[in-house]
Amino acid sequence: MRALLLALALALAAIIAAPAGAVEPDEILDDPVLEARARALSQEIRCLVCQNEPIDSSGADLARDLRILVRERLVAGDSDDQVKDYLAARFGDYVLLDPPMKLTTYALWFGPALILLLGGFGVFRFFSGARRAHVAPAPLSAEERARLERLLDAEAEQDEPGAENR
Amino acid sequence: MRRQLLYLIPAVIFGVIAGNFLWGLISDRDPREIPSVMIDQPVPEFDLEPIEGMAGPGLKSADLTGGQVTLVNFFASWCVPCRAEHPFLIELTRREDIRLVGINYKNEPEEARAWLAQLGNPYAAIGADTTGRVGIDWGVYGLPETFLIDAQGRIRYRHTGVIDAAALNKALQGIGK
Repeated sequence: MRALLLALALALAAIIAAPAGAVEPDEILDDPVLEARARALSQEIRCLVCQNEPIDSSGADLARDLRILVRERLVAGDSDDQVKDYLAARFGDYVLLDPPMKLTTYALWFGPALILLLGGFGVFRFFSGARRAHVAPAPLSAEERARLERLLDAEAEQDEPGAENR
Repeated sequence: MRRQLLYLIPAVIFGVIAGNFLWGLISDRDPREIPSVMIDQPVPEFDLEPIEGMAGPGLKSADLTGGQVTLVNFFASWCVPCRAEHPFLIELTRREDIRLVGINYKNEPEEARAWLAQLGNPYAAIGADTTGRVGIDWGVYGLPETFLIDAQGRIRYRHTGVIDAAALNKALQGIGK
């Protein structure tokens, strides 16, 4: 049993150690489960100095401070969401790489789908309109029909003398 | 007539997008600047010792609710733009309606002392944030940063980067001064 636990801990340590990012040895927690949570959470927190990098892979001083802070909060018993709220209360939602869904971000979340729907509606209107015009031409009036008949008769008479050429 | 109006929609959309780009080009907005969520919040709780080896009471949150408009300036000797704004801070000491206090952010005490001795000390009080934790509580992400605190001890404006007369006037306008 003890050997199994040891093997498990070693395997877990190997998984954690593999993508080392910018995490320095002195930051790593002794508890592998908490450390794994800290690593996952650090992937979702933006480094405010480099701005498009998570704190997990950033070498900036502030990123290091935030990594240590995240670990402290987890050790103190915070849930992942509590840690995120703690940081967002200080740095704003910008610190989260995944923007939260709320009134001010609806445009961000639903804007693309809305544009797709509008475009799709436009395309649908365009094609259905064209087909309707094609399928139902206006019927000929009596006058037009009479004229058409005259033209066809005249053509039939013209054709007769040349019948032997066929 | 209705149908013809529909053809204007793409032109209108284009106009909105182009206008947005034009605004991005000509406005003096800095896209790297992160808006502060601390605006209109009371100052965070903190209690800082003075810089090691310097006389003075240090700085704590209660010092900022004294019924006076206060500028809180985060600085460090390793911060190059801090040197650039320093003459303006020295000049500010002549204004009697504004109190200037400093938070020395993650700085070796001897270097901070040497820096103040060389360039002059414009601060009525200085707290030493040796761990950077107070900076995090204020949402500081780069130096220098300057916060305007109103008489009730609420943060009313945050300026990132070198502060000058224009930036200060903009901040003061916000609280009607």
